[in-house]
Amino acid sequence: MATPQVKDVLLGPLVDNNPIALQILGICSALAVTTSLKTSLVMALAVTAVTACSNASVSAIRQYIPSSIRIIVQMVVIASLVIVVDQLLKAYLFDISKQLSVFVGLIITNCIVMGRAEGFAMKNGVGISFLDGIGNGLGYSLVLIVVAFFRELFGNGSLFGYTILTLDRNGGWYNPNGLMLLPPSAFFIIGFFIWAIRSFKPNQIEEA
Amino acid sequence: MPQRDSLSYTFGVAAVLCIACSLAVSAAAVALRPAQEQNKLLDRQRNILDAAGLALGEKGYLAGSLSKEEVAKLYGRVEERLVNLETGEYETGLDIEKYDPRDAAKKNETSTEIEDPKYDIGIDRREKVARIYLIRDPKTKKISQVVLPVYGKGLWSTLYGYLAVKKDLQTVQGLTFYEHAETPGLGGEVDNPQWKAQWVGLKLYDDDGNPAAAVAKGPAPDGSDHMVDGLSGATITSRGVSNLIGYWTGPNGYGEYLKVLSEDMKTQSTQSKGGSNGNAAG
Repeated sequence: MATPQVKDVLLGPLVDNNPIALQILGICSALAVTTSLKTSLVMALAVTAVTACSNASVSAIRQYIPSSIRIIVQMVVIASLVIVVDQLLKAYLFDISKQLSVFVGLIITNCIVMGRAEGFAMKNGVGISFLDGIGNGLGYSLVLIVVAFFRELFGNGSLFGYTILTLDRNGGWYNPNGLMLLPPSAFFIIGFFIWAIRSFKPNQIEEA
Repeated sequence: MPQRDSLSYTFGVAAVLCIACSLAVSAAAVALRPAQEQNKLLDRQRNILDAAGLALGEKGYLAGSLSKEEVAKLYGRVEERLVNLETGEYETGLDIEKYDPRDAAKKNETSTEIEDPKYDIGIDRREKVARIYLIRDPKTKKISQVVLPVYGKGLWSTLYGYLAVKKDLQTVQGLTFYEHAETPGLGGEVDNPQWKAQWVGLKLYDDDGNPAAAVAKGPAPDGSDHMVDGLSGATITSRGVSNLIGYWTGPNGYGEYLKVLSEDMKTQSTQSKGGSNGNAAG
């Protein structure tokens, strides 16, 4: 295996190798937290931080991990980091942590974190693993933000909580699309997103 | 280095890892606890100020955008009291600083079963002693409103909120929910300021003194003193809000306490004004 390049590792996951669009990892939280941009942004930051730090820690101890319990070791590292992030959010971003509620804890089960620890950090050095975590976190963030943009705009008429389309129930003209606020709508948006990416990058299309 | 996959080595790695991780986690939890506690307290105070309309009335915006100092200053008007819901009398035997109503609702000895055939709030037990908040007028020092914590099940979650009642103990001053996990945009619209504003001035009781304030199914009937519009697409959340208001304002909730309080208020106003029982129009 060739040594991974910094640029590929950091920017590759954005479009070429997007964890959600190509690897189809981490869908569950992408459906749950994307009703508003603010929560998505915080969630994206949290996942990026956890992925980067867990990649770095797993990579640092990869020579010592017995292969029979390696998945458990990765889980323990990830779970500890997630609890620390959760505590930090509760201490410094209380309002948002209230909205994210259980989903911060569920970063533990986010397949991206685990997938990168097992798939990349176990074989590569600390620095490059850290960057890989950042890159994949950014890829995840990109999808989250795009999905949240459409869901908040069409479901609630606002962006980052600022009103863009005045809702009819508040005396405006826009009749919001209730489906946008329910999780299935994220499925459709992610579907369109994957379609768009694969139209530009036909090599991502799997053989039927 | 012993064999990487030997039993003792595996156990060794697992043990070291567990200790290292638990240290990190507990360090974070202990170091951040003061900040978290402060956030919780501030959040509670902000919500009480919002329910009572103090932040909006005094400063012109909601308590969420007030600084810590401003919240502390406004909160100086609030007096916290513990109330025994069965007798309606103030409870003085407990430490109000340490008392946690939610904790009390979980324990058998400090809670009581909820039996209310009319209003089902979807919860089995409630605390015996509730923490209520009296708001006093800054000049006359008389009670101008009372803020009552209320809760009940919506669709997905328990809604926790505060109901502020004006000094006639009939008229709603405000209602806010500070914790829930209803669907954003549907049931989550209990947070919508436009919807919450409909509660202001509503009458809690009908002419016979029974709880009457509720959420209508669809738009509220014209000229109704007791109904607000239903939340569209959120029938179960709307019903939950109706039930929790009915339950907590009824005889099994704060009914007894409100009787006691209204006696107190009468003596309070006879002392100063001679007779008028302060039955202000909403």
